[in-house]
Amino acid sequence: MIVNLSWMDILLAALPFLVLIAILGYMRLGVSRQLLIGVVRTLVQLSLVGAVLTAVFKSDNPLWTMGFSMVMICAGTYEVTRRQIRKFLGGWSIALSLLGLLTAAVLSTGYALMVVVDVSPWWKAQYAVPLLGMILGNTMNGISLGLNTLTTGVWQQRAVIESRLALGEPAQDAVKDIKRDCLRNALTPIMNALAVCGVVSLPGMMTGQILAGNDPQVAARYQMMIMYLIGTGCAAGCLVTVTMASKRLFDKRDRLRLDRLQLK
Amino acid sequence: MSEKSLIVENLVYGGFGPVSFNLVAGECIGIFGESGCGKTRLLRSIADLDPHQGSLSFNDEDALSMPASTWRRRVAFLPSESQWWRDRVSEHFPLPPGEPELGSLALQPKILSAEVSHLSSGEKQRLALLRALKNSPAVLLLDEITAHLDSERAQLTEKKIAALQSEQNLAVVWVSHNIDQLRRVCSRILYMAQGGTIVKEELVK
Repeated sequence: MIVNLSWMDILLAALPFLVLIAILGYMRLGVSRQLLIGVVRTLVQLSLVGAVLTAVFKSDNPLWTMGFSMVMICAGTYEVTRRQIRKFLGGWSIALSLLGLLTAAVLSTGYALMVVVDVSPWWKAQYAVPLLGMILGNTMNGISLGLNTLTTGVWQQRAVIESRLALGEPAQDAVKDIKRDCLRNALTPIMNALAVCGVVSLPGMMTGQILAGNDPQVAARYQMMIMYLIGTGCAAGCLVTVTMASKRLFDKRDRLRLDRLQLK
Repeated sequence: MSEKSLIVENLVYGGFGPVSFNLVAGECIGIFGESGCGKTRLLRSIADLDPHQGSLSFNDEDALSMPASTWRRRVAFLPSESQWWRDRVSEHFPLPPGEPELGSLALQPKILSAEVSHLSSGEKQRLALLRALKNSPAVLLLDEITAHLDSERAQLTEKKIAALQSEQNLAVVWVSHNIDQLRRVCSRILYMAQGGTIVKEELVK
């Protein structure tokens, strides 16, 4: 049996949260405004996406699936770029984030749809859009952490890197330590998720499936697939973005070019 | 001329210059000027760490004809503050220096197993010199390397550099704001004005 949620139910769900936001506002903690905007954004964005997805699923046109995917990838790129502490100048932040997200989308989602789930046609929106969304959301966080670790690390350790260059190390050797930190930071969320899922937390997607009336065992297998796909997307996307970004920080003569980064 | 030499020709770097000079093997040349006139930037450009125009060559080989890392092993830049990125001293030396090398700079062999954070800035600076020498450079670019040393240690370093010049035929470009030091160690001193141009040359010995 599936319990359908009415708008009244949504209001009831939001009520305790709204009361808390009011209390936080009264305490002048400076967070209630942001939280309130978040509540409204969730309402508007998810309502819209629900309506659009219904239309996309109905039309069953690959162009719609494609278009929707592109919008998600662009939104992800914008979000990664927006979160950068030190952006690359000349649109490079956008290009580097886009490259990582596209890698994750093609490699991880493409593989899942064509090989793992084996739906026909492979681009069927009901599968393609939610899978891509899960993978992009996580990859986006990874890339954002990885890029921030790289640019702030290089900025702070400029003297060390240039010393290593002066001792004759090739550029990518001189930033090897920082690149390692980038990938570790980028992959920490997914590593944690892989370790604790099902024990400490029941993942959101699995919870959603169970609440929507599905067999928990089917939900669990879907969740496993999702976790592995997220891992693939995140690792591939971060690897590509961090590798290309660290190349962009040096020129052909292996000089550290911090002038390619924006000042704060 | 068969003698090996560093040739700096019309070097323009980050709004400074142009600078031209030659330096033969075994020679030490001083660069003197007020702070902010571009002395450090000049050394960095000669080591190809900063973008620049003009040409750099050593022993008739243009810097651009080889990978930057090869050039930098040959033309070694020592910054005024030495940098360390591992916990222990020895981890910065692929080949650890021997007792005589350490002794020539009044360092004990046990310093190699020490933690970098326990060293004085003077010890670090002398170790950084040994680290750079491990690449067997032909030219040393020294940027105020005795600034953190007491006068006794500074003179020890000066002696070490002089020995390298005579024994290994090393060429040295020594940047300092201490004109007395430059007169002790160099055969020529170039005076740099604001804007990074050479305005005067003084022959010392």
